[in-house]
Amino acid sequence: MHETHYFDANASQKLCPAARDAILLAFEAVGNPSSVHRPGRTVRRIMEDARDVIANGFGLQSQDLVFTSGGTEADATAIHAMSVGRRLIISAIEHDAVRSAATGAVIVPVGRNGIADMEALETLLSDGNPSLVCLMLANNETGVVQPVEQAAALCRRYGALLHVDAVQAAGRIPVRLDLLGAHSLAISSHKLGGPAGVGALLLAPDAPFTAPLVSGGGQERGRRGGTPPVALIAGFAAAVLAGQAADQQRIATLRDAAERAALACGAVVCGDPEHRLPNTSCIALPGVAAGVQVIALDLEGIAVSAGAACSSGKVQTSHVLQAMGLGTLAGEAIRVSLPWNVMEADIDAFAIAYRRVADRLRPTLVQGHARS
Amino acid sequence: MTDAPSRPNQPVYLDNQATTRCDPRVVQVMLPYFSEEYGNPHSAEHIMGQRAEAAVENARAQVAATIGADAREVIFTSGATEANNIAIKGAARFAASMGDPRRRILTVATEHKCVLESVADLTAEGFEPVVLSVRPDGLLDPETLREALAIPTLLVSVMAVNNETGVIQDIAGLAAIAKAAGALFHTDLAQAVGKIGIDLTAWKVDLASVSGHKLYGPKGVGALFVRRRPRVRLTPLFSGGGQERGLRSGTLPAPLIVGFGEACRLASADLTADAERIAVLRGGLWDRLQRDIPGIHLNGSDQARIAGNLNVTFPRATAFDLMRAVPDLCVSTGSACSSAEMEPSYVLRALGLSDRQAARTLRIGIGRFTSAADIDYAAAALAAANAACEAADFENSARDT
Repeated sequence: MHETHYFDANASQKLCPAARDAILLAFEAVGNPSSVHRPGRTVRRIMEDARDVIANGFGLQSQDLVFTSGGTEADATAIHAMSVGRRLIISAIEHDAVRSAATGAVIVPVGRNGIADMEALETLLSDGNPSLVCLMLANNETGVVQPVEQAAALCRRYGALLHVDAVQAAGRIPVRLDLLGAHSLAISSHKLGGPAGVGALLLAPDAPFTAPLVSGGGQERGRRGGTPPVALIAGFAAAVLAGQAADQQRIATLRDAAERAALACGAVVCGDPEHRLPNTSCIALPGVAAGVQVIALDLEGIAVSAGAACSSGKVQTSHVLQAMGLGTLAGEAIRVSLPWNVMEADIDAFAIAYRRVADRLRPTLVQGHARS
Repeated sequence: MTDAPSRPNQPVYLDNQATTRCDPRVVQVMLPYFSEEYGNPHSAEHIMGQRAEAAVENARAQVAATIGADAREVIFTSGATEANNIAIKGAARFAASMGDPRRRILTVATEHKCVLESVADLTAEGFEPVVLSVRPDGLLDPETLREALAIPTLLVSVMAVNNETGVIQDIAGLAAIAKAAGALFHTDLAQAVGKIGIDLTAWKVDLASVSGHKLYGPKGVGALFVRRRPRVRLTPLFSGGGQERGLRSGTLPAPLIVGFGEACRLASADLTADAERIAVLRGGLWDRLQRDIPGIHLNGSDQARIAGNLNVTFPRATAFDLMRAVPDLCVSTGSACSSAEMEPSYVLRALGLSDRQAARTLRIGIGRFTSAADIDYAAAALAAANAACEAADFENSARDT
């Protein structure tokens, strides 16, 4: 039995120690944050302190942050609350959370580099029809960072709204709603080292909010019903703080080392290498199905994925890589995403395992290289 | 006049219908999933994802067993509020999308806000909500439901246990009436699981909502029961990765789900013992309050009522003054929900209380971790506070005249 080397941080990752401590401490506190008695107020204070930390970390005021059950609900809430009377325009590489909430949307194409086409967006917006645009900040499969500031400027010029799915970007690159100029931002706690089960929708002061998606007891200023999960929220805030202090250059250096090892075995990198999250690499091994690579690596003790985690482990060809026009390579790419606690030894193990898997699964290519 | 008891070294928590302490045994089983076992349960491609998935499925079976369901009938959500939203909006929207002409939705005046608001939200989509009245004891008269069902109805939603009065509706009986009229039946079990026995296989319930933090589990997790035979179909509230058979997308919070499963297991195992012990505590408290506060009144049925709840109207003192006089006693004026809401409880209004009576009413929620000493303190403190409030009230009115 191998020790597992974990490279699936974009699916989920280990809780950072500060988040874990904050959660366990908050489990000691009894009370509903909506209750007026002392334990209720204590719990409310934990929650509001956390709200301050998170809101501040992403460049906005506390009252503009709505806690949700996660990134998916935050995306769905944004689209539900901001799309009334508006045409939907989304990029071709959005997460399924956005794609399924934005049925009938007009699609903005991406280039082979995985970057959404801003000229195409401008052409769409220039008819002046009221629109809600959804553009993710960083793609979950390729890690490619999108030109969100540019999209925001376009949206504001043509009177459109911009929702940004920042689920994968938050905690890995600086994310500030005020600087981006977008109207709303979806964040997930567990993608940035906090617990699963909580996320946030951040709203710019001028963002409209017609109606909640989950209606209920009036919590979150009437924007999301349900008792907020205080312990998770405390862990979320601790993870945001820890992320601000994390050394992303260290992660990028290790990612590059892993990538070099794969390239040496005949792999190719998908997506613009210059505009990427520091922890993500999408690597295709020509001629070998992604699912086969993932299983072979798993047997070597290396946990990676073939695209997004989501439902059920059935491996489908990625809509993201297809949209990039990668053809058959789209079914031959794995996602290597480094967690915050990755070590050099993990990269060494990856390099060895990848070489073994590539040699076994691609004998013809290796011979081809030898001949040439 | 009753002497005020000495202050306890920590607050006495009698607000177990707002939320409960996460049982230390529940925290214990969650711990590994907050540290080493961090796989995404949807990452079935690797061993860590598979282990998380196995833990989630074990918890699903625990939740199902507690409510008398099949594990495949349990969908995890972020809590009962979301489960109620999915059930009500999802059932209505699916039926409408299939061309069902019925638009009528029945619910009850004493339901939780999230049920009333979910039903009200559907008005904008052409549905016709009807809110049924309850009897003065808080119970829905089966005849009221039967009469309302004379007009073809799509969905009926009735909570099993009320969050303010603790009154237990006869869900098996009401569901049978709804089914006989061809309507779907949903019940909010948030306050019921772990308090009363639940058998969804026997009850003709189509949809049921469960909360983690009301039964000594963590906040941020709950479940929706969706009957398989006959199969009940829903339009999801939101979609995405297609988790939970497409009914509820989003990464499942494995640690919370494991804790929720354990909380359900404990709730089943301890159901009778907890209820008996809590009933004794409640009986003792009620006896002393009646002895020391003549004219105090219990709201809602005293028979069809969970063991832990007292909802009492004081003869003269307001709930606000009483709570201020006893800051170490955590009770509430109604449901928790939206904070600092000082409106009179619509639940008590539905039972026929006036605004002034509602303003003199406290909800006392006794739970698994309540001790006999807590009850002693609560009884003495409330009697002393009541006496002090009445004395102050007497002085004020003496001055006024």
